[in-house]
Amino acid sequence: MTIPQLTIFIENSSGTLSMVLEQMKRSNIQMIACTIADTAEYGIFRIICTEPRRAFEELKDAGIAVALSNVFALELDNHPGGAADVVKVLSNAGIDIAYMYAFLLGGKGILVFRTDDEMKARETIAADGLQYLSEKDLG
Amino acid sequence: MSRDQMRELQGKRLHKIVEYVYHHVPFYRSRLQEMDLTPDDIRTIDDIVKLPFTTKKDLRDNYPFGLQAAPQNEIIRIHASSGTTGNPTIVGYTRRDIGVWTECMARCLTAYGVTRNDIVSVAYGYGLFTGGLGAHNGVEMVGASVVPASTGNTEKHVRLIRDLGITGICCTPSYALYLAETMDKMGIAKDQIHLRVGAFGAEPWTENMRTEIQERLGLKGYNIYGLSEVMGPSVSYECSEQHGSHINEDHFYPEIIDPVTLKPLPAGETGELVFTTLTKEGMPVLRYRTRDLCSLLPGECPCGRTNVRMSPIYGRSDDMLIIRGINVFPSQVESVVLSMEEFAPRYMLVVDRVNNLDTLQVQVELRQEYFTATLDTPAAIEELSKKLEAKLRSVLSIGAKVQLKAPGTIERSQGKSAHVIDKRQLK
Repeated sequence: MTIPQLTIFIENSSGTLSMVLEQMKRSNIQMIACTIADTAEYGIFRIICTEPRRAFEELKDAGIAVALSNVFALELDNHPGGAADVVKVLSNAGIDIAYMYAFLLGGKGILVFRTDDEMKARETIAADGLQYLSEKDLG
Repeated sequence: MSRDQMRELQGKRLHKIVEYVYHHVPFYRSRLQEMDLTPDDIRTIDDIVKLPFTTKKDLRDNYPFGLQAAPQNEIIRIHASSGTTGNPTIVGYTRRDIGVWTECMARCLTAYGVTRNDIVSVAYGYGLFTGGLGAHNGVEMVGASVVPASTGNTEKHVRLIRDLGITGICCTPSYALYLAETMDKMGIAKDQIHLRVGAFGAEPWTENMRTEIQERLGLKGYNIYGLSEVMGPSVSYECSEQHGSHINEDHFYPEIIDPVTLKPLPAGETGELVFTTLTKEGMPVLRYRTRDLCSLLPGECPCGRTNVRMSPIYGRSDDMLIIRGINVFPSQVESVVLSMEEFAPRYMLVVDRVNNLDTLQVQVELRQEYFTATLDTPAAIEELSKKLEAKLRSVLSIGAKVQLKAPGTIERSQGKSAHVIDKRQLK
């Protein structure tokens, strides 16, 4: 139901993003999806990747401010309104979404989100029979 | 002694010392004459503000004996302060000076609870530095047994502490920590030694260091403050309250001034500490600017002593910045940053002027292990910055913008000035 996500604190200065990506390349980690939440001075770089736990350890050893967290990953039906239907289920259950992004994996749309109410999200997803991704799907 | 009696005594002594240097030190006589002052203008302690300041530079310029007031055959000892940036400062003491110094040192030790039943090792350097011999004489005056361990050969010192049942130690706080480390290495536990009192000084130290030293050596650690230009260790000392250091103000008169305007500051405010020696014969100083920043604590001390207390030293006036008219010391920022474990103990102050208004930015590094899943939104990080900004504002009295940096991105500092980038000077 949840997958590991790397969160990296990066400064808004040239070279920092490249430094992180170069380190992932050296560690032979493939990025599956990413997004950056940015402010004027720094960015929060969120990454879904292969072997996330090894990636976390190796980035940490390289001195990078990286955290490992779990985010929900739901499969979307490939038609207009697919995301709307899923989000409606969550909002009807009163689940607050801290942030959300989406990507394609094997032709399927994947919706990633984080909520502070993990228990309720798990119950709702299970009760509604929503399709989801697991860590093993990341390869 | 009541405050009024103290002030009366200080006034009498001040008049005498001004008269003494006027007649014995050409440097002071010409300074006073330039200001149209004679010793008769200085009658009470309040008149001290009329007098000129003395600086380290004055002492250097008059190397070696230019500021000495007593004839050479009255001088029984000469110390010298480190001369890393020029001539060392030479300080000569008469027999009476050594007596006053010894008594002041004995007062310190008595306040720490040292008695003739103690065995005290002195691990300040013996030599030109005033620490070793200064502390040594005081321990002897109290009647305790002094062990002149000096510095170096720490393992031997640790064995002596254990085998002789040494109960007191005088050294720098960093040496005390080094002793604790050496004990660990030698496999000597805290309960095998009997230290109960430590007199720590000659360098600034923090409450965190005090806690660690007390815990590791099993003693109570007290601050001792002094400087060779004024006397040596024993200028001020903590009492059992461990809150502020009582100044031996019947011999060393303290003032707190604004380091820029040189005007005396109201009681309780932080500024540069200035001392006038009231009884010294060898090399008296008038209003000597220590460059140390602290405040004088108002109010009576619960210990019953009526002599005024000084706060710990916050920093050096040489490092001071003036931002929007407010005095800011990098050490203040340091203390705030060190108090929050989310940040590494590194920081950079960036001062700039935008639209004719000074701005202060404080760069701090997130500590890698504190960047966790709970910090994975800009809002959470913003909250952390705001927490630091609020703390900085309460300590500095001006607003500072916090900029969070990734771990390891702030340059490791080489000396104090490396903590500041003042872009205003470039315009």
